[in-house]
Amino acid sequence: MSNPLSLNLRIWRQERADLPGSYVNYRLEQVSADLSLLEALDLLNEQLIVSGERPVLFEHDCREGICGSCGFLVNGQAHGPQAATTVCQLYLRRFKDGDTLTLAPWQAKAFPLIQDLAVDRGALDHLIEAGGFCSVNTGSAPDANALLVGRQQASSAFETATCIGCGACVASCRNASASLFVAAKLAHLAQLPQGQPERATRAEAMQRQMLKEGFGSCSSQLECEAVCPKQISADWISWMHGERRRLAESAG
Amino acid sequence: MSGLPDPRIPDGPLATAWRRTRAGLPLISPLRKRKLRILVVGSGLAGSAAAATLAEQGYQVQLVTFHDSPRRAHSVAAQGGINAAKNYANDGDSVERLFADTVKGGDFRAREAGCYRLAEISGSIIDQCVAQGVPFAREYGGTLANRNFGGALVSRTFYARGQTGQQLLYGAYQALMRQVAAGRVELLTRRDMLELVKVDGVARGVVCRNLLTGALESYTANAVLLASGGYTNVYYLSTNALKSNASAIWRAHQQGALFANPCFTQIHPTCIPSGDAYQSKLTLMSESLRNDGRVWLPLTPGDCRQADQIPEAERDYFLERQYPSYGNMVPRDVASRRARELCNGGRGVGPGGRSVYLDFNDAIQSQGSGVIGARYGNLFEMYQRITGDDPMRSPMRIYPAPHYTMGGLWVDYHLMSSIPGLFVLGEANFSEHGANRLGASALMQGLADGYFIAPATVTAWLAEAGALGQGDSPLQEACREAMDRAGLRINGLLAVAGDRPVDSFHRELGHLMLEHCGISRSAAGLRAALVAVADLEGRFQREVRVPGEALEPNAELEKALRLSDFFGLAQLMLRDALAREESCGAHFREEHQSPEGEAVRDDKNFAHIAAWEYRQGADPIRHQEPLAFSQLQPSTRNYR
Ligand SMILES: Cc1cc2nc3c(=O)[nH]c(=O)nc-3n(C[C@H](O)[C@H](O)[C@H](O)COP(=O)(O)OP(=O)(O)OC[C@H]3O[C@@H](n4cnc5c(N)ncnc54)[C@H](O)[C@@H]3O)c2cc1C
Ligand code: SF4
Ligand code: FES
Repeated sequence: MSNPLSLNLRIWRQERADLPGSYVNYRLEQVSADLSLLEALDLLNEQLIVSGERPVLFEHDCREGICGSCGFLVNGQAHGPQAATTVCQLYLRRFKDGDTLTLAPWQAKAFPLIQDLAVDRGALDHLIEAGGFCSVNTGSAPDANALLVGRQQASSAFETATCIGCGACVASCRNASASLFVAAKLAHLAQLPQGQPERATRAEAMQRQMLKEGFGSCSSQLECEAVCPKQISADWISWMHGERRRLAESAG
Repeated sequence: MSGLPDPRIPDGPLATAWRRTRAGLPLISPLRKRKLRILVVGSGLAGSAAAATLAEQGYQVQLVTFHDSPRRAHSVAAQGGINAAKNYANDGDSVERLFADTVKGGDFRAREAGCYRLAEISGSIIDQCVAQGVPFAREYGGTLANRNFGGALVSRTFYARGQTGQQLLYGAYQALMRQVAAGRVELLTRRDMLELVKVDGVARGVVCRNLLTGALESYTANAVLLASGGYTNVYYLSTNALKSNASAIWRAHQQGALFANPCFTQIHPTCIPSGDAYQSKLTLMSESLRNDGRVWLPLTPGDCRQADQIPEAERDYFLERQYPSYGNMVPRDVASRRARELCNGGRGVGPGGRSVYLDFNDAIQSQGSGVIGARYGNLFEMYQRITGDDPMRSPMRIYPAPHYTMGGLWVDYHLMSSIPGLFVLGEANFSEHGANRLGASALMQGLADGYFIAPATVTAWLAEAGALGQGDSPLQEACREAMDRAGLRINGLLAVAGDRPVDSFHRELGHLMLEHCGISRSAAGLRAALVAVADLEGRFQREVRVPGEALEPNAELEKALRLSDFFGLAQLMLRDALAREESCGAHFREEHQSPEGEAVRDDKNFAHIAAWEYRQGADPIRHQEPLAFSQLQPSTRNYR
């Protein structure tokens, strides 16, 4: 059991995208350090409700780091200061008594604000829609062991497949690029035999869609890698650029 | 509605039952399919798989989900794996064995025919997922790897590290997005289904609240599929995602869909125990950990030494002691009950004595920390983030937590509920798990329902009855009435001038349910809880405060709507548990146990599915669907 602590929360409040927003200060007194940051926000919200104020809107669901719903900036860092962690898995014991935490929503043109700390990340779905799949109808698959995949290769494909679509990479990129997200999906499928037939069209379509959705181009600052809760390597972005060359050469 | 509809279970040998049924189902021409609309509620494994497959077949599909993206559905959190009778491990597995384990694991409270079909389809599920690019674990030679799970003596569980649900869901989600791109699926995200629309007794649509604008919207179709997941959050603290709920199926229940076996809820033995009052969630530590982790407690009550200070001779590896043949791999209900008993007896460790050790030391010694780390790395990290302790150095502390609901809407062999045209898939139906779900079988069931069963049976329904109730004005009228019902409930909640937040009531409800309808139940406790829940519901209706307005994003309103449905469901669960005068699977009635403390089933009086009929303002009616066993004879489960 850790000692309780008190925190200052400086939270971005904005009722609607078309209305102005501002930071509002709140204080949490003597809360258990074993709570997660989202549980601390639950607590704050209960206090706000009782006092007749509008509770803070933030997205969440699984609260175990896997659904990708949660996410906002904590002191300017996407998902907060702890590496490889979503904000729902950030526990108060990370902080010191009396700390001030500034909470703000993801900022990116492709992610319009909904309210307070919640933004709309539907653009990421449009990227998958553009080709992030294998075209196979149900019921027409061969026996699973007919396709052999080496252990290393399967595990490397798995590493890239673990992206949870949280959008932290976009929010931390100065150009709000979705390159890490797209590279991860391309690399997942291109490392498996199942992904080969559509490899070139997929790579082209997903990258084209990225621009259409209003994401910027890669700024090569590697901030995306630093904040990715699933630790997806930015090397995959270089791989993606190389992939375009390789595919163009093999087609030409 | 009176009585129970025909469950449509095929006659004759089980081994060919599904093939024969399918061969006899009518088909629909591609031209006609394009004109038929299907509405799917839920984008988890069951819903996404069904929507994608039906769209591939040519139907117009609309998919409603309250998530902002299908990829977030609760299925994403499944950790351990998915079963399939492929016998890739060559350890003697077969469809018959998986079938037998499923029926036996469910303590003979599931339908034989459904279990057989599930085992039979399991192999095709793996084929489908691999073809989609799901990166399952592999052996060095490139073939698929398998592991062992609770309640089975063979290795038939396919997995992708500790993120199997995530990878399977992404496979289904990607298949779905492919259909969205092709214009065959309309994806309606951030919509909360609040009502079912019926015309002439047939399901024809739903009413949703748009979670961004608060507007009520109605959607109509030729068939409605509910794949809205389980209701474990009735316990407040559970392993489920926080927004998992019972609303969609509860609204359908109020419209006449029978609710089957509501009290069968699984308490998973290996979860991170709870601590603070404001804790919102219990995190599961996958059952696969019990392959290498050994469960133990100090022999002496009140022994408060650090785990590594307690010598071997003073430890009690109680599962290995009590169940020599299955040991730590006994089914979940057994492991949960034993842990609770010992903790109640004062032998538990950790805060309040509410946990047992899951120790990896022997495995690390014999196989090396590298191997163990590679096998369970992400689970260990998760544990460390939440508790601050490293399982590589000191044993995990675990305790049982509400995890999965075997009950749900009653469906026949075609997955159709007692409302014609309303199909129910995945955890939302009462399905094949009987009184206890074996590990790694829910993913299998959700995908079997979504990829293979519903696409065949929904087609058959549409071929025969799809044109029913096509008249436009009765449909519009029915939508308007359903919208009015939803609007009334919303306004009612907003109008209560109370001062207590929704969650405070939910915590109280959860506490009551866990205490009286959790790992073990007694008649006295259940009766007391019925009174207490009704009282709490009354207080909720008078004292809750739901801030904000209807026509705006309003997370508190969403919670209040869900909780008001949980109150009704909780009372049904208590009634069901009270009526079932036997112990079976996850349902342990203290009055019905052997001298050794094992569950005593009553096959003479309770070898049936309890299907409850809702009545407005009156007690619900309990119908019984008898269970017949032809291939397996009910035997006492023995894991010793
Ligand atoms: C932590 C954890 C680990 C697990 N591990 C395993 C495992 O290893 N193996 C295994 O076999 N099983 C496992 N399970 C069980 C399994 O994950 C679930 O039973 C299964 O994923 C349920 O799938 P589903 O498609 O039925 O529902 P869900 O995935 O819960 O999807 C429900 C969908 O319905 C939507 N929805 C719900 N209500 C509404 C509404 N009112 N309006 C609109 N939309 C609505 C939601 O948005 C969501 O899209 C695990 C469960 C948990 C909690
Ligand atoms: S790449 Fe990482 S940061 Fe970006 S969406 Fe995926 S998980 Fe989030
Ligand atoms: S709430 Fe699911 S990842 Fe944080």
